[in-house]
Amino acid sequence: MALKRHSLIPERLRRRAERQYLIARAVNRRRALKPVVDRTARIGKGAILAFVTLRNERERLPYFLDYYRRLGIDHFLFVNNDSDDGSGAYLRDQPDVSLWWTRASYKKSRFGMDWINWLLLRYGTGHWCLTVDPDEFLTYPHCDSRPLQALTSWLDGSGRTSFPAMLLDMYPQGDIEDTPYEEGGDPFAIASWFDPANYTISKNSYYGNLWIQGGPRTREFFRADPLAGPALNKIPLVKWHWRYAYVSSTHMLLPRQVNLVYDEDGGEQASGCLLHAKFLSTFARKSEEELDRRQHYADSQEYQAYHAGLRKGTNLWCSESREFRDWRQLEDLGLISRGNWA
Amino acid sequence: MTGAVRLGVVLLCHTQLDMAARMARIWAAGGARVVIHVDAKAPADAVAGLKASLGDLDGILYSRRHRCGWGRFSLVRATQDAAEALLAAHPDLTHVYLASGSCLPLRPVGDLLDHLALDPHRDHIESVNALDVGWTVGGLNEERFTFYYPLDWRRQRWMFDRLTNLQRALGIRRRVPKGITPHLGSQWWCLTATTLRAILEDPRRAEFDRYFRSTWIPDESYFQTLARRHAIRIESQSLTLAKFDHDGKPYQLYDDHALLLEESRCFVARKVWHGAAGLMAQFPKAAPGNGSHALPQPQRFERLINRTVRRRLLGRPGLYMQSRFPRKDCENGKTSAPYAVFQGFADIFPDFETWLGGHVEADVHGHLLGPDEVEFAGRPEIGPGAISSSTALRDRDPHGFLTGLIRITPRMQVFQFSPRDNQAMNWFMATDPNAQFHVVTGAWMLPLLGSEMPFDDVRRVAAQLQRAELAQLDILNSVWVKARVQVHELTDFLARPQAIMQAALQQLQVPTQPVDDLPPMRDMTGLAELLRQLRNSGLRPRLTGEGLPQVEPRPIDEMMPERTAAE
Repeated sequence: MALKRHSLIPERLRRRAERQYLIARAVNRRRALKPVVDRTARIGKGAILAFVTLRNERERLPYFLDYYRRLGIDHFLFVNNDSDDGSGAYLRDQPDVSLWWTRASYKKSRFGMDWINWLLLRYGTGHWCLTVDPDEFLTYPHCDSRPLQALTSWLDGSGRTSFPAMLLDMYPQGDIEDTPYEEGGDPFAIASWFDPANYTISKNSYYGNLWIQGGPRTREFFRADPLAGPALNKIPLVKWHWRYAYVSSTHMLLPRQVNLVYDEDGGEQASGCLLHAKFLSTFARKSEEELDRRQHYADSQEYQAYHAGLRKGTNLWCSESREFRDWRQLEDLGLISRGNWA
Repeated sequence: MTGAVRLGVVLLCHTQLDMAARMARIWAAGGARVVIHVDAKAPADAVAGLKASLGDLDGILYSRRHRCGWGRFSLVRATQDAAEALLAAHPDLTHVYLASGSCLPLRPVGDLLDHLALDPHRDHIESVNALDVGWTVGGLNEERFTFYYPLDWRRQRWMFDRLTNLQRALGIRRRVPKGITPHLGSQWWCLTATTLRAILEDPRRAEFDRYFRSTWIPDESYFQTLARRHAIRIESQSLTLAKFDHDGKPYQLYDDHALLLEESRCFVARKVWHGAAGLMAQFPKAAPGNGSHALPQPQRFERLINRTVRRRLLGRPGLYMQSRFPRKDCENGKTSAPYAVFQGFADIFPDFETWLGGHVEADVHGHLLGPDEVEFAGRPEIGPGAISSSTALRDRDPHGFLTGLIRITPRMQVFQFSPRDNQAMNWFMATDPNAQFHVVTGAWMLPLLGSEMPFDDVRRVAAQLQRAELAQLDILNSVWVKARVQVHELTDFLARPQAIMQAALQQLQVPTQPVDDLPPMRDMTGLAELLRQLRNSGLRPRLTGEGLPQVEPRPIDEMMPERTAAE
């Protein structure tokens, strides 16, 4: 974080300064993005936009685009961080994709968030914006019968500007390498298992968000050092305003009230999940590559841990894992909630 | 047209005019006369589109357009104008239905006409006396009628609240015009033309309009109040199915509600989400067989809404998640199910966990909060709900650990506890009505007996554990305790273990085996000696109780000072 926690300046002012810094930074880094194909003129009023940064995710893209088109995303804005596997060429030919290319450092652009903040600022204002990675798949209450537009118009009607979706790590039964992922296939046909109830929550009073950890990664790779485990709290769906900025990945935003997506009086707000299709056969290669690049959070500590763990032939499945059925199952388990969206 | 009923419909439209056009078409196709009021804020091209798409239907009227603000008198004005236009154009109408552009007729209009024909002089308008509290949801009730509301609640909320508070402080009470009693109700009604005409042509209408102009949300009270003045018979239930949530916002209807709506047998439902193409394709739908006379039964639908409101306001007990993270003491249930904590028993009976597991229908764990390992029953590395047995992970969020475990397991959870364990949950468990504590104080001393540790270490450990248990007992004896707590001193327990055990097991309220045998007890030789040594080293044992059998009485014991009253 840019500013010290314990200072005499009131927290509100510090948060505002940080927000302005993040926005200025995003504006400043816009030059790193080279437009490849710009179809943003086609974005209509009320369109739902998706913002994605990627690097070498070619084989995931067909299913990803297909999934989100079906859900109701009207336009995709991609930042291609110097892929060399044909991702760029594939995306360029999609009718509902605008694409930017950059060679700049992922790490030095705050793990891509500077680029995304800029695109959000430029194109997102007034739209519901979904910011996800290519391996994150949004699921929410009633998602089998109601498109994303139904959710966003309900959120609008309830006066809400953001919708939380915790990251739910999905993994296959058996070794991750065993079943190869085929392009275009449903990753959750392979990685269909998840941890039902081992999530830890604490509140970050400065930003107002909840910090959620746990799941298979923490249970397997961070047993001894739980604080180092990956954060699972995410607020990917936001009705964007140019004054907003993502602080750290999509875990939290500024201003603070956008992070207040939970009820503190005992009630339940509506929430969803981002199903995380990270642990597929593509993972080992990816983690090796990322480990070489050292472009990830905290010196890729996560990737080091996975790599050490995965080398030993660890598999994430355990007898307490649950097989994913549908959103109702997630709701019964208390991972998501319909709130008052009947 | 069925019988003598000739229906007119006032359609209030704001946005989503394409959906409004579909609704108008449904009404017109059913034989109703339709007048459409379009909010003056709607863009001109959308209005032109609406008119064009309905161009093939003759007899659709468009009333004078007003700018409508939520909760303002403009909505009433729009209704009045539209109704006047409708009655003037079609003087033969017998009934007028007020609907919106997102009110979907669920049953054929003919069914509605049949229903109205059952008693042609009855007005269908929900009308509840405003003094009988409880009709409104999330807002003012009686004060709607006694204060002035010149401001828009949606756009000028801050000033609105200030003004309301000011009037409250000043004790302002507006006088209600003579001859009317404020009534409230759903804004969607079906009045007979006679009643509606009487309201519109009332000689005192100007006075009433002036009064209602500065009440709050007059569209829920104007016709509801004046109908009481003019109607012959009022059926105080709206024919439109419209439920509000705790904020007073109408529930939207989606494709997946189709079955529920069909079963409700209601005539009209609101508010349909503009993208619910399935609903609009499916309804209105004639009931199979002889169902055209079926009466509306909205109860099941209302139950669904009430359930959702409860979920939003109270949530699920014992659930902590990304969108429910209650503050301390706002939990509406700290945990989701009963659980029991046994403290000291496992120190007295080394095999207690196994023995108890065989006697009760419950998951009996070891020391879940223990210092070395999370001792799940059977000691798996990964416990129920994929909760890790790592103590570091558990201590990261012990609340989440315990509540998660209790929520994910179907059976009652029973676990061992001792002053050696993580004490972070003491207040939480003690103030949780789902918790049961069965405590034998001072039993933590027994494992020290067999230890080969030097006496200095024993004394240090004993001092720590005694301090921990005393702190815990302070909590268990406080006035905030909600758990069921049974505390026995070690000596009391040893005097009659079987009876105490039996009572404890009965309290669990799960099927239990009778206690006719106890597990083997730990060897207690040397306990009195250890206590004596501790006492002599300056550490007064306070938790084991009095009256331990004195195995080796020594003269020196008689020299010990008596406990003073202060102790």
